Amino acid sequence: MIEGLIGKKIGMTQQFDEQGNAIPVTIIQVGPCTVIQTRTEGRDGYSALQLGFVEEKSKRKPNKAMEGHFQKSGIPPTKVLREFQYETKEEVKEGDQFFVDIFQVGDKVDVVGTSKGKGFAGVIKRWGFHGGKSTHGSMFHRSPGSIGCSADPSHVLKGTKLPGQMGDERVTVKNLLIIETDKEHNLLVVKGAVPGAKGGYLLIKKTNFQAKSTGKEKKE
Amino acid sequence: MNLIDLVEEKQIKEDVGSFNVGDAVKVHVVIREGGKERIQVFRGDVISKKGSGPSATFTVRKMSFGIGVERIFPLHSKMIKNIETVRKGKVRRAKLYYLRKLRGKAARIKEAR
Repeated sequence: MIEGLIGKKIGMTQQFDEQGNAIPVTIIQVGPCTVIQTRTEGRDGYSALQLGFVEEKSKRKPNKAMEGHFQKSGIPPTKVLREFQYETKEEVKEGDQFFVDIFQVGDKVDVVGTSKGKGFAGVIKRWGFHGGKSTHGSMFHRSPGSIGCSADPSHVLKGTKLPGQMGDERVTVKNLLIIETDKEHNLLVVKGAVPGAKGGYLLIKKTNFQAKSTGKEKKE
Repeated sequence: MNLIDLVEEKQIKEDVGSFNVGDAVKVHVVIREGGKERIQVFRGDVISKKGSGPSATFTVRKMSFGIGVERIFPLHSKMIKNIETVRKGKVRRAKLYYLRKLRGKAARIKEAR
């Protein structure tokens, strides 16, 4: 089966579960995704499917190369194209479609998105440094403080937490429970939050997350 | 139609929300104890209604042995079996938080006629 699909964040709300607890949920519009190109072991060295996310609006000004690329699948060029691994058990052609029904209620998924950009942020916002006192003659407020040693090693160690761009990066949230699927409207409802703003594009993948070893299992 | 509304409308109970702030109500709440279910009634005055959609809540205040007790209920919760209106109140405010400072006769709500 296909391991995931492309989606779009619609927004958040809350639902009541069986026990009557209110749980936060995110609504994602998933698919329909059309196969644009197939990758095969023989030709490309790996087997995968290139999917296009079909929306009401297609790409505004596709160039001729893009139009040619989409010709085989028979749909207008989409804004988003992504590849997903696919084990070739059943034959899939260009133009075939995948819907939200590849996910079942109760399964878990990983969601990949682009987080909201926070701009150039200092160490307190970006890394959670505590900062200094505001008053009482303190002359140390929101600075990072010392960033390393002296002559040895005589440079700042790589990876030191410093100010810089925060957010607007690829973020994966693992193991989100599927609460509801709606094939008619292509909707997927998952428990918890997903990265990014409303309207942001997401990749929804079947999770391969496994619970950590408790150390009690026999080692092979 | 808004796609969020599509998901939310399944959560919303249609038969609730006929009461107003200032009304005296009996809220029938399901209590789960050791696998058993029973219904407990919480009687008091509605002092606020908040929010919209499935996240709407309301606050009920009562005096219990001289101590004010307030409970906030999710309006569309499955744990609420019934909301009975005992008495319609006549109030001029949407939130009756001023009742918290009042005791005895001063804390009464006029009945609507």
